[in-house]
Amino acid sequence: MLEIKDLHANINGKEILKGINLTVKPGEVHAIMGPNGSGKSTLSNVLVGHPAYEVTKGSVTFLGKDLLSLKPEDRSHEGLFLSFQYPVEIPGVSMVNFMRAAVNEQRKYKGLPALTASEFLKLMRQKREIVELDSKLANRSVNEGFSGGEKKRNEIFQMAMLEPKLSILDETDSGLDIDALRIVAEGVNKLKTPETSCIVITHYQRLLDYIKPDIVHVLYKGRIVKTAGPELALELEEKGYDWIKKELGE
Amino acid sequence: MQEEPNKYVKELTQEKYKYGFTTDVHTDIIEKGLNEDVVRLISEKKGEPEWLLEFRLKAYRYWLTMEMPTWAHLNIPEIDYQAISYYADPTKKKEGPKSMEEVDPELLKTFNKLGIPLEEQMALSGMAVDAVMDSVSVKTTFKETLMEKGIIFCSMSEAVREHPDLVKKYLGSVVGYRDNFFAALNSAVFSDGSFVYIPKGVRCPMELSTYFRINAANTGQFERTLIVADDDSYVSYLEGCTAPMRDENQLHAAIVEIVVMDRAEVKYSTVQNWYPGDAEGKGGVYNFVTKRGICKGNDSKLSWTQVETGSAITWKYPSCILAGDNSTAEFYSVAVTNNYQQADTGTKMIHLGKNTRSTIVSKGISAGKSQNSYRGLVRVSERADNARNYSQCDSLLLGSKCGAHTFPYMDIHNETAVVEHEATTSKISEDQLFYCNQRGINTEDAIGLIVNGYAKEVINKLPMEFAVEAQKLLSVSLEGSVG
Repeated sequence: MLEIKDLHANINGKEILKGINLTVKPGEVHAIMGPNGSGKSTLSNVLVGHPAYEVTKGSVTFLGKDLLSLKPEDRSHEGLFLSFQYPVEIPGVSMVNFMRAAVNEQRKYKGLPALTASEFLKLMRQKREIVELDSKLANRSVNEGFSGGEKKRNEIFQMAMLEPKLSILDETDSGLDIDALRIVAEGVNKLKTPETSCIVITHYQRLLDYIKPDIVHVLYKGRIVKTAGPELALELEEKGYDWIKKELGE
Repeated sequence: MQEEPNKYVKELTQEKYKYGFTTDVHTDIIEKGLNEDVVRLISEKKGEPEWLLEFRLKAYRYWLTMEMPTWAHLNIPEIDYQAISYYADPTKKKEGPKSMEEVDPELLKTFNKLGIPLEEQMALSGMAVDAVMDSVSVKTTFKETLMEKGIIFCSMSEAVREHPDLVKKYLGSVVGYRDNFFAALNSAVFSDGSFVYIPKGVRCPMELSTYFRINAANTGQFERTLIVADDDSYVSYLEGCTAPMRDENQLHAAIVEIVVMDRAEVKYSTVQNWYPGDAEGKGGVYNFVTKRGICKGNDSKLSWTQVETGSAITWKYPSCILAGDNSTAEFYSVAVTNNYQQADTGTKMIHLGKNTRSTIVSKGISAGKSQNSYRGLVRVSERADNARNYSQCDSLLLGSKCGAHTFPYMDIHNETAVVEHEATTSKISEDQLFYCNQRGINTEDAIGLIVNGYAKEVINKLPMEFAVEAQKLLSVSLEGSVG
């Protein structure tokens, strides 16, 4: 599904990613962990094509296509989704209009006719239930006045609407209390199919108690320095990152 | 659920200014230049009575003593008033056309292209239209239907002929020829425009609408609109404007006067889309317009709604004199400037009567290298007890080379007045656009969504059909403003 080879990327001329290699197969859940500043958010931003980042070297193939040559909106249409760490507020634009534009743009890309208003509202109702999103929130402006937890739930709601093939959850657990965390994680699990994959970026084991990873990577100083099974996350939770630094001879 | 604005944007993203065509009709244009003879010639061509010629000449002589105003936040190149032709008649007949058969087919095609079919389909859209090309009213639809209710809706020239008493009574009563430089110029050379009279107790059953179009080169358009709503009447009026793309600038200096009597209500909506000039700032219409209404009667109401997307320069302050007790006035405005456009627009609310209320909602959107100013005056006179005003001025910036300015003036002479002013400035951020991109919405569409969301409060005030058109216009006007 996703194949990253020797990926290097800069922001403001500073190299953050220094040769990432990562392969994600259909149906897999990968967790990427690592200390602050190791490049986790940069990796997710580069994959979805944020204009502030510059790829200097390497390649990314997504479902057989050269991902890096696609515009951000086409990456989305191809089935790549990012649950933002800090979802932005868009005053004046209702969630309904926003999602309707998003869903219909994707349908257009796939050569499907736009949904009618009633089809769309029905779809919205169904998907809202997955993350127990209040109908009042759906009528408000995008993320405006949402609490931290509501914003994250809203991200997963959008994921449900767009049915991506690969979802990147960038610190989706940050700022969530334990109930919100459970709802969000259960939402992600309900959306999981044998064909769809997930990259979960997190600092903590607690999210991985709900969303079970198949493979855990440690990202450090712009490189993946360790890859193992789910037990690695537990070990990190217990011991922190210092032992990894030691292993690397620092 | 609201009609989502975005589906229109896609089909329009390739378009530039789609009204930029010219029509090849024989046009009777008088020589360029302005002097007393030209004023007399215009009056003569229109077969006007003596009193109107006198009105024009007084205005002309007064105009000669005036200078162009310079207080606006605008950079206006010098205008050579002798290089403009002050009268162009595309109908080439001495009198206006009497029926559809008499109208030049090319003209009808033009208005069809603009989406204003003058034929019988108008019956289906349920709207009466007066179409003004260059200086002359081409055709007014639905006149007979309206006449049955006693409503007069015709061109100004016709009103002068058919209803001279009404015209004489109200012309210049709200905007006198001494009002300002452009008002004096218009009063001297005004060509045509619309006249509306709603009799006592009549609710106008359809939207009345005028479409203005400048076609001929090197001409100015100086139309004059007069609306009188008698006691207990109601009318909703819409004005739309377009012009061909031309490299040279065209001058448009109009006057709109509205008189609202006891318990009457007038809604006046404008979708202004004169040619704004090209991306380098070449060409475009200079739009210097004086619009004012008076809530003359008690419990009367006047509402201005404007969507301003066109013109190279806009200088326009639709205003209201709240003379009657308990009268209400509203001003809802969206002004978009892109590329090198400049707009200095706003309103004046003059509270004279007791318990008068006014609301101002202004939404400015600036992009490219444009300058967008809100200028508003709220005046409460000594005897206007319990006057209330609420003003809200928001500015939205796209990019970092444009400017947004707010000039609110308040002049309060009665201590029972309650006057509120709120202002915000915001910017469409890269993060907002990227968030939309990630959800599969391209940048142009994202801007369309955000801008339409921002302007919603004003757009919602427009009659339904025009709200849709206005949404499209907002998106098209901002094309290429980022990237």
